[in-house]
Amino acid sequence: MSAAADAIDLGALREGERRGRVNWPLRIGVILVGLVVVMAAVSFVWTPWDPYFVDGSNRLAGPSPSHWMGTDRFGRDILSRLMVGARTTLYVGVVAVGLAAAIGTPFGIVMGMAPRRLGTPLVRLNDLLLAFPALLLAIMFGAVFGASTTTAMIAIGLGTVPVFARIARSGTLQVMSTEYVLAARSAGRSAPAIAVRHVLPNISSLLLVQASVSFAIAVLAEAALSFLGFGTQPPTPSWGFMLNDAYTVLQVMPLQSLWPGLAIAIAVLGFNLLGDGLRDRLDPRLAEHRS
Amino acid sequence: MALQLLVRTATLVVTLVLASLMVFGFMTVLPGSAARVQLGVNATEESVAQLEAEFGLDRPLPEQYWDWVSGLPEGDFGTSYVTKATIGPQIVDRMLVTLWLVGAGMVVALVIAVPVGTMAAVRHRTSSGTVLTALSQVGIAIPSFLAGILLVSVFSVWLGWFPPGGWTPPSRGLGEFLGGLALPALALGLVQGSVLSRYVRSTVLNTQREDFMRTARSKGLLPRQAMVRHGLRNAAIPVVTVLGIQMSTLLVGAVVVEKVFVIPGLGSLLLDGVANRDLLLVQGVVMVLVVAILAVNWVVDVLYTILDPRLRAAT
Amino acid sequence: MTAPSTPPTPGAASSDRSALVVEGLDVAAGRLGLVHDVTFRLDRGDRVGLIGESGSGKSLTALAIMGLLPDGLSAAGTVHVPTAGAAHDTDVVTARESVVADLRGRVMSMVFQEPMTALNPLMRVGRQVAEVMEVHDLASRGEAKRRSVELLAQVQLRDPGGVARRYPHQLSGGQRQRVMLAIALANDPDVLVCDEPTTALDVTVQAQMLDLIVAGAAERDAALLFITHDLAVVATVCERVMVMYGGHIVETGPTERVFRSPRHPYTRGLVRASDLGPVGSPDGSSDHRPLPTIPGSVPAAGEFPSGCVFRSRCERADQACHVQPPWDGQPDDGWACVHPYDPSVTEGGDHGD
Repeated sequence: MSAAADAIDLGALREGERRGRVNWPLRIGVILVGLVVVMAAVSFVWTPWDPYFVDGSNRLAGPSPSHWMGTDRFGRDILSRLMVGARTTLYVGVVAVGLAAAIGTPFGIVMGMAPRRLGTPLVRLNDLLLAFPALLLAIMFGAVFGASTTTAMIAIGLGTVPVFARIARSGTLQVMSTEYVLAARSAGRSAPAIAVRHVLPNISSLLLVQASVSFAIAVLAEAALSFLGFGTQPPTPSWGFMLNDAYTVLQVMPLQSLWPGLAIAIAVLGFNLLGDGLRDRLDPRLAEHRS
Repeated sequence: MALQLLVRTATLVVTLVLASLMVFGFMTVLPGSAARVQLGVNATEESVAQLEAEFGLDRPLPEQYWDWVSGLPEGDFGTSYVTKATIGPQIVDRMLVTLWLVGAGMVVALVIAVPVGTMAAVRHRTSSGTVLTALSQVGIAIPSFLAGILLVSVFSVWLGWFPPGGWTPPSRGLGEFLGGLALPALALGLVQGSVLSRYVRSTVLNTQREDFMRTARSKGLLPRQAMVRHGLRNAAIPVVTVLGIQMSTLLVGAVVVEKVFVIPGLGSLLLDGVANRDLLLVQGVVMVLVVAILAVNWVVDVLYTILDPRLRAAT
Repeated sequence: MTAPSTPPTPGAASSDRSALVVEGLDVAAGRLGLVHDVTFRLDRGDRVGLIGESGSGKSLTALAIMGLLPDGLSAAGTVHVPTAGAAHDTDVVTARESVVADLRGRVMSMVFQEPMTALNPLMRVGRQVAEVMEVHDLASRGEAKRRSVELLAQVQLRDPGGVARRYPHQLSGGQRQRVMLAIALANDPDVLVCDEPTTALDVTVQAQMLDLIVAGAAERDAALLFITHDLAVVATVCERVMVMYGGHIVETGPTERVFRSPRHPYTRGLVRASDLGPVGSPDGSSDHRPLPTIPGSVPAAGEFPSGCVFRSRCERADQACHVQPPWDGQPDDGWACVHPYDPSVTEGGDHGD
């Protein structure tokens, strides 16, 4: 930051400016994510059609009052399948991100709190794990265990672990250098106590932002995997496989691929914006750089 | 600086060995027996044992590992249990195709990200800056395979300018080669360019606020001159890091884009391998991808020391 | 000649020696005023201090003079640098960026507070000094390189040739600040602005740095505008001083007079809070009282009271202070206060009235 801020507190000025501004990313993010969640929730009690109902006489129909988004190449209602597909998307995202946070956070805190001698090799190990992207890991899982929604979400989760670990570590390093932690240490508090009482609460907002961003990446990865045929297996609806289905009829019905594509884009955009907005909201220091 | 290079290279070698152990462990040890995987659950014990002996899978694991890993530096990836073909030559062939794709994707990404990101930073207080930032956010949300499908529907199905897929090597006609490369490279590059442009934007913004930029202006440099002479190199350091990370995203993205455009690259080879349960082939391709990612990280590290004198002297 | 803010605008024709003329300078962030109606004039060879607590607007004044206000801040009023010649008698506030850029580093230059971050970490020090000469086409590349080593020697860096080849991170803070000074002096400017140039340095190297600044300015017959919150530094460096509070200049005059018999209550508080020696008790008769401070703290920008900006912290404030106090005394030796301390009754007197 510039030393020009000496005379007046420019940071405070910008802070005020920031507070007075509408947090658009957060608003739009909440709306888009809410849309996906509502779609999934409603699908439990109601869908316009049975998503598995095959109507051989009404294949590849365009949008109509009875089928708002038309039907796929088996004559199934696209909107119904899209709604049920939202469940798959959210399910995979929640499990994958939960898994990544559950393993990555303690690992990262340990890396951040460990003495240098132990910490450095752990960081190297984490760097090595980062060289296995979630999607690649998921394909490996698919090869060994067979493709399914479960393997996909576990693989995506494990692939996201090192990302969480890295964020948790950098946050922990910051917290560990603060005076209240130094005071707690000199008062003889044990490392686990410091981790739980001081580190975890202080890095939670960092982790929340990361969770939102990772959720977007998980949605992407699941869609890609299902598109490749390594994720959710048909006939269970998933956006990725619907896109794959639609791609085979692209020459005849280009509109078909628009719907699942739009759904994927909305979910990813929503979670990314939510992460951005949360960052703005929770950590003004980070937001300052992106103002 | 020479010492640093040595240390970093040594680290790379150790990391590569560890990575090979992980890949071997995952693909060979974890599934139990490649022979059983191939023959299916209903196979008799004898036939499994026979096949294992044929593949050399009855030998101790360390021996199997050494046999596999010692061939890697020479491009010997073993012989497929499924197709009985040697894996090495296939990988080399396919790698070239993927390299073209990833390279072109990276160029597209840079061509998009640098001007867009810089513009968004310079005009960050105006509406055009906000529009650019919003557009990049939308670009990130469109995965490369979706971008590919959209590009095909517009430029192949509707306009008919480019083929919807397929691959022509550059040796068989440059025009057709470029025509086939254009859409997949765009599909890859659009997304990565959007991601990268956000980093370029925040880096340029941060650099603009650096004290030394004000010093440069106080010497009489115009804002643009200060940016070119002092800002860009400083801004390059974080951008290079992101580029390194993006290379791995690009490689993985290429796997999916190759499927969309039916391109015979490493990705298609990998997916075929998985479909055929050809574990050794998958093991080889995964290893190549991981080596590529680690090698890029190494290049980024070395670039750092070249770009930043502060790292050269550091112990 | 230093002329102060508020009413008496010095309409006098600029003498040939005037180097910097600031009239009615305002700085604002949007509608929020940060610096108000600052007016003063520096002649060549003048050494003038600008003092005040942090938050008083002194750094913004300096940046506005250089035309280097950060994003989001705007200036109004006029800043002229007459020595640049008739063709260049432009107003820094309104002139095009290219015109002002041509003045910077050549006619007026600045040394910043923070030497650790003010130099480009990726460029050799010698190049950074040479650049300021090349930018203004005042030297060829080879000549600039040779002169940059000379300049580094002038600021008394040992082994200037070696220093020129180093990167900033290989130098200490004091060495870096010398490099900054070498850059600022390279083109023999007429105006040298120093913004807290020694604040970030170790006490041991501060005195040397001050000597170099004073000598460097004197050799070039440059006007020196020296910004600091350290009154001891002002006392050694400056012959004239301007006191700033809440974006206003509240008192100005010869350093000797201002420090010995401050008229404005704020100046008086500053002097009493520093260890320059007791005010109002020149013989040190009142040595058993606790170290006096100014009550309260500097309000945040935009929260200064109307009328006299100091009245919220002033022991003498009353109804009369609710309107902006008029300027009292001479333009270059006066104060803006309704209830100034009377020099004749200063003996022992914080209550003197």
